[in-house]
Amino acid sequence: MELSYFPGCSLKAQGHENNLSLIEFSRAVHVELIELPDWNCCGSSSAHAIDPTVAALLPQRNLSLAPKGRPLLVACPSCLLRLKQAHLALVRDEAAQAAYEQRWQTEFDPDLEIIHFFELFSRIDLSRYLDNGENRLNNIRFAPYYGCMLARPPDLRFEANYHGLMESVLTRLGAKALSWGYGTRCCGTFLSVAKPDLATTVVNGIVSGAMDVEAECLVTACAMCHLNLEIRCTLPKRIPILHFSELLSLALGTSDPKRWFPKHLVDPRPLLKKRGLL
Amino acid sequence: MIDLDSCDQSLFPTVHRSSRTDFAACLQCKSCGNGCPFVSAMDFTPNQIIRLVQLGMAPQALESATIWICVGCNTCTINCPMAIDIPAVMDALRHLALERGVAIAEPDILEFHREVLHSVERYGRTHKLEIMMRYKLKTLDLFSDLGVGLRMLKKRKLDLTPSKIDDIHHLDPVFKG
Ligand code: SF4
Ligand code: SF4
Repeated sequence: MELSYFPGCSLKAQGHENNLSLIEFSRAVHVELIELPDWNCCGSSSAHAIDPTVAALLPQRNLSLAPKGRPLLVACPSCLLRLKQAHLALVRDEAAQAAYEQRWQTEFDPDLEIIHFFELFSRIDLSRYLDNGENRLNNIRFAPYYGCMLARPPDLRFEANYHGLMESVLTRLGAKALSWGYGTRCCGTFLSVAKPDLATTVVNGIVSGAMDVEAECLVTACAMCHLNLEIRCTLPKRIPILHFSELLSLALGTSDPKRWFPKHLVDPRPLLKKRGLL
Repeated sequence: MIDLDSCDQSLFPTVHRSSRTDFAACLQCKSCGNGCPFVSAMDFTPNQIIRLVQLGMAPQALESATIWICVGCNTCTINCPMAIDIPAVMDALRHLALERGVAIAEPDILEFHREVLHSVERYGRTHKLEIMMRYKLKTLDLFSDLGVGLRMLKKRKLDLTPSKIDDIHHLDPVFKG
């Protein structure tokens, strides 16, 4: 299966371990990701905060670059929201479509499918790759952390929902999901820069919540959450924060995880060695 | 105290139009404020902001810290029984605050957003290291967080060179109109 791939700034510029493991995992399940040529930033949290025009047009350019007939896979939950909202706004407004075609000199594609990485699991048959590996993740205990990705604005309320996806997939791969209270607490996004103390309070609450239920690691679905949980946690003792894609590619035995594990601020290698996963 | 005579009758319709949100339906059930992870840093709770807009209390709403602290996480939106798009209201209020040139309660947050957009305009993507350096210079907060920054550099979490798009002029319709 071929998909267009939108990594977004967070994965491309600091979440290298997320990007690499996501690409490796996809390759292992025979999904070829073709990076959207010359994609741009979707506007992040800042465009919609201060400039509605820029916020509306940044995602539009990305839509205009997507080849017809090939779904666009997005790695970052926040980029996904921006791209979907921009697409929906165009679908609903013919005048805006005409302006779009004029602006970007290309036909608007109302049928473009924009999917999150999570939606891959409804398009592939994971069991095909698992015949001899029932317990590949060796009961590693994880707290699934979704941040704000399960929440959404009212106009997207009927879109695909990902509640419990990390739990079901990783359990299938032999990990042990814990239930806990902080899985959908926002990580603080840009407050991590502008109000670091506030972000630290929130992040410490999340990480200690995971440790209270005896998690050995936290698993995140978003590169920005991952970064905030790593850099803003000030607890003396803390557990590693892993990207969902890292555990996936580890379970599928993809090539060289040693390339990305050293990039973590809390080194996950001792834990992974202890569990016999490295 | 609410002085109805001094209320700004244009606030409600203006915010209603630009947020495309029917916040007249608000029940003041306070679910939004109770679930907001950052309410402790706000001067008005999200439901209070909605009320201020309904009443036309423009200075209080537009000069509030709340509209800048809100990160748009949608935690409130999914809890709201009336499906009110609260972050869209916050967006609309921020835009109006900038348009009317009122005092900004959280200038550092505004500065951060401006630096992000500056980076996108220049490279087409965000260059985190430059955003951080310029933000620190502008807010004259040079040394806090130095440790975090250095650890991030060491782990290559902050790339030294920006990831750029090839055809920056293709973005002209976005920034140059
Ligand atoms: S949750 Fe919705 S209805 Fe309840 S107070 Fe907040 S905005 Fe109003
Ligand atoms: S969107 Fe804003 S007001 Fe709503 S919960 Fe998140 S930070 Fe609070």
